[in-house]
Parts: sequence; C-alpha cells; structure tokens
Amino acid sequence: MASCSPQQPTPDLKRNKPITLSGKLTITGSSTIAPLAAELAKQFEKQHPNTKVDVQTGGSSRGITDIRRGTSDIGMVSRKLKSNESDLTSHLLAKDGVSIIVHKSNPILELSEHQIKQIYLNKIDNWKLLNGMDKKITVINKAEGRSTLEVFLKHFNLNNTQIKPSIIIGDNEQAVKLVANNPHAIAYVSIGTAEYDIGLGVPIKTLALNGIPANKKALISKQFPLSRELNFITKENISALTIAFINFSQSKTANSIIEGFGFVPTHP
Amino acid sequence: MFPHTRDTLLFFTLISLVGISVICLLFIIFYLVSESSIILSEINLRHYFFDDSWHPSENQFLLLPMIVGSLFITIGAMFLAIPLGIFTAILCQFYVPNWLSQSLQRIVEILSGIPSVVYGFWGVVVIVPLLATIQAPGTSLLAGVIVLTFIIMPGIVLIANNAFQNVEKMHLHNAIALGLSRYSIIRHIVFPSAQRGLLSGIILQSGRAIGETLAVLMVCGNVVQFPGNIFEPIRTLTSNIALEMAYAMDLHRSALFLSGLILMLVVLTLILLAERFELSTKTT
Repeated sequence: MASCSPQQPTPDLKRNKPITLSGKLTITGSSTIAPLAAELAKQFEKQHPNTKVDVQTGGSSRGITDIRRGTSDIGMVSRKLKSNESDLTSHLLAKDGVSIIVHKSNPILELSEHQIKQIYLNKIDNWKLLNGMDKKITVINKAEGRSTLEVFLKHFNLNNTQIKPSIIIGDNEQAVKLVANNPHAIAYVSIGTAEYDIGLGVPIKTLALNGIPANKKALISKQFPLSRELNFITKENISALTIAFINFSQSKTANSIIEGFGFVPTHP
Repeated sequence: MFPHTRDTLLFFTLISLVGISVICLLFIIFYLVSESSIILSEINLRHYFFDDSWHPSENQFLLLPMIVGSLFITIGAMFLAIPLGIFTAILCQFYVPNWLSQSLQRIVEILSGIPSVVYGFWGVVVIVPLLATIQAPGTSLLAGVIVLTFIIMPGIVLIANNAFQNVEKMHLHNAIALGLSRYSIIRHIVFPSAQRGLLSGIILQSGRAIGETLAVLMVCGNVVQFPGNIFEPIRTLTSNIALEMAYAMDLHRSALFLSGLILMLVVLTLILLAERFELSTKTT
C-alpha cells in the first residue's frame, strides 16, 4: 500500500546514518491505524531508502493472528491487549477518542453518561424525553468484535446483549453516512473520523460527554473519558528494522503525522 | 491420442485449466469445512437454532435469524424482479418497434453492469430515508428487497430475452398466420416453450441474490432478529461475514466460516435445482 520505488541511497545519506537499514517490513491489522501506518511507512522509506514497508488492513484480530503465525513483523491493534494476549508486546502509538455523534439538525448539545446508557438500553427511546424533537431515536451500534464497540461497552459498563440497536454497522464511515442521512439517529465513532468528516461539511456533530466537548484538545488534556489506545504489537526477538520503525513511529517527526490523522500522540 | 499434435496439446491445456478450477472449488469447500469444524466440534448444532441471540463474544451463536433473513430478502426480491424482468422482456420482444427494443436492451445491459455497491449507496441515500418516513429507521428488510430487486432485475430481463429469442420461429409464424392475438401467442406458445430457459435462469439469479453482500449490508440495518414486519431490520448470512470477519477470532471466526458454509450449501442446492429443471424439461 505504501510502497515507494526503492531508490539507491546517495553517499551523503549513508554518511549521515550510523547504520544502514535494509529489508522489508510487513505490517497488518486494524483498519483504524492502517492509513496512519501507511503514511508513517512512506516517511520511513524516505529516510531509509533500502527499506520497504508493506501495510495491509484486516482488523485488529488479523493483526494479532498474523503476529502469532509469524506472517507479519508488526501488528496494528486499536485497543489494549487482553489478558490472554500476554505473549505479545504492545508499543503505544497514539490515542483515539470515541465520540457520540448525531445529525447536525438535532437540537441536543450534550448528554450525560447516564442518558447515553439509557438510550442504548432502550429505556429512553424518544428524543422528546431529552427535550428534543418528538421522534423515535435510531440507535446505531457496531458489529461484534469491533474495537470501538469494546471501548464503548467497557466505558458504559454494558453487555452487548443488553443493547437493543435499530441498526448495526461495521466501520466508522458507515456510521457517519447513516447519521448524516437520518436526523433522528445516534452513533459513536472515532473522534478522528468525526472531525475529518465534519471538516468536509458532512451534516453531523459530536456531542459533549458529561459537559466535556469531544475534540482533540480534550483528548490531549486527558479530560475526555471515552478513549482507546492505538498500538503496534510484536513478539519477542524482533529485528533491528522493526525496532527502528517502532522508534520512528514514536518520534517527534511522527507526532505531526499522527495529529494529521486526528489522533493524539502519546510520546511528546 | 489424437491424430494431430495440436489437438493433443489443446486437449491437455484445456483439461489442466478445468482441473485447476475444480481443484480451487474443492479447496474452498475443504477450507470452509475445516474452519467451521472448529466450532461444530465444540458447540452443539442446536445452539445455532435455539440460542438467545448472536453475541459470539458472550458465547451466543444463534444463526437461524440470518438464514431466515437471507431467504426472506431473496424471496422478496425474486417476487418483485421476476414479473418486472419478464414483462420488460415481453415488451422488448413483442410490443415495441425494433429501434426502441434495441435501445431498451442496451439500457438493461448497462444496468446489469453497474456495481452493486452503487445500488447500495443509492439505497442509503434515497430508499432508506424514504422508508424512514413510514417507519424509523428505514434500514430494513424492505429496503434490502428493493435494492436487491434492482440488482437482479437486469439479469432476469437478459435471461428472459434470451429464452424468448430461442422460441422456434416456425411456431411463431404459424401462430401469426392463424391470426392469433399477441396475448394468446405469448401465453400459449412463447411461455410454454421458453419455460425451461426461464426457470433455470431465474434459479441461477436467485443464487446471485442470496450471495449479494455489500449493498444488502448497507441498507438492511443488520440487527440479528426475526423481523416482525417488512420495515424492521434484518441481517443476512453474507452481511454477517462481511461485518465481522475482520475482527473475529477463535470460535467467533469459525462461526463466520459456518455462515459461509451454510450459504454455500444453499447456493449449491439452488444450482442443482436449476440443473434438474433443465434435465427434466429436456427429456419431456
């Protein structure tokens, strides 16, 4: 995905680098991290012209499966590692917030955690009960296994079996599309995605949670409660190239790239 | 084997190409069976039919609503697309001047070439908001049926056109000479002799309908439930795989392969049915 044509290193470049890295890295996993990883890979290849970094998506669980099977060098996982995944090492890359979104025309500006919980449990099923319009709430939930779902459930202390959704969808963009076309819908998506789409003029808005606005600023200052980790994962015995790439992705240069994708860097 | 070496060469090339496709098919079936066997060996068959819900992370593996969903949406779409398709073909073949018939056929061919995801997007933007005005949220069994109808209708027109063209010209000429009405000709001559091609073609189209994934995923709402009416959301077997495959692990992943296996069995049954129709009508 992020392959540049390999160039011959100029002698100058070689002198500037203490070690010349070469070889190929394969990175697979979370579709949330993939675009960011691809951009990081592009910059990394520029710095180390003899390397090639291949980024493939397929979801966090593919990231884990591939690392365990040894078919990739780095896995991308958009959540914390679980207790049964202690055979793997995680390298924190960035943080992403999950924000509640509604249609732009919806008069509601903020919801408390309790209200959101009641909505997803179907105990509040009309916007009227929240001083909104007299319309039934369309509850959009994520499909089983999605990491935004896991973050959401864990934060609100819910079981997925308790939730009575009107619509179940897969990725963030699908949620945005549905909310943009349905003035009575509520969904939760990655803050990065929401801000990106709002920037493009898509008619959605993020809701403040317990009075804290859902934006990057609140995320950086660690006020915003609903957030998740974006991790690179590896097994033991990793190559010099893998170490170099992970170090690069946690460097200052990487931070501006990370912010460009609407995520919050964790290594200032 | 053959008197000319060229023939021998061609024969072996062809046989190896056919061999490759057969082996691929066998591998796919083998892979589906072996991946689903993980869950089949651990979770008893009745769980897929009688569990409370589909929540693999909480060990609930109810697959039945999705089998029903797949069947409902396919039957619904066939119910709309078959008359639409056949009547369009009749119009093209028997009622309109040649130039119009030609251009109608071109249009249908273009329609059949539009990727289904485009129909899905159209469904999200047009059909779903429209249905939402009747009953929220709009993403529903009916939305899926409507979008799917548009996806398979062009195929049915093409099949029906083909079947009607294959009707013995002699019969038609005789009928016209006898002064029969167009209605009688179509009803009593064209239909009976085109029946075989129509039926097997339609069954093959239903295989396509049940296998359609992305467009259906976009407009059906994907809630795993038995729909109370046509305005309620459903999830199909195909959407189930597409939605969750990327994130599924262990038993969950295996359960998705099982969805695929069930789907494959349904489609295989349909194909066998189509073959039977073709054979049985050939011998009579």
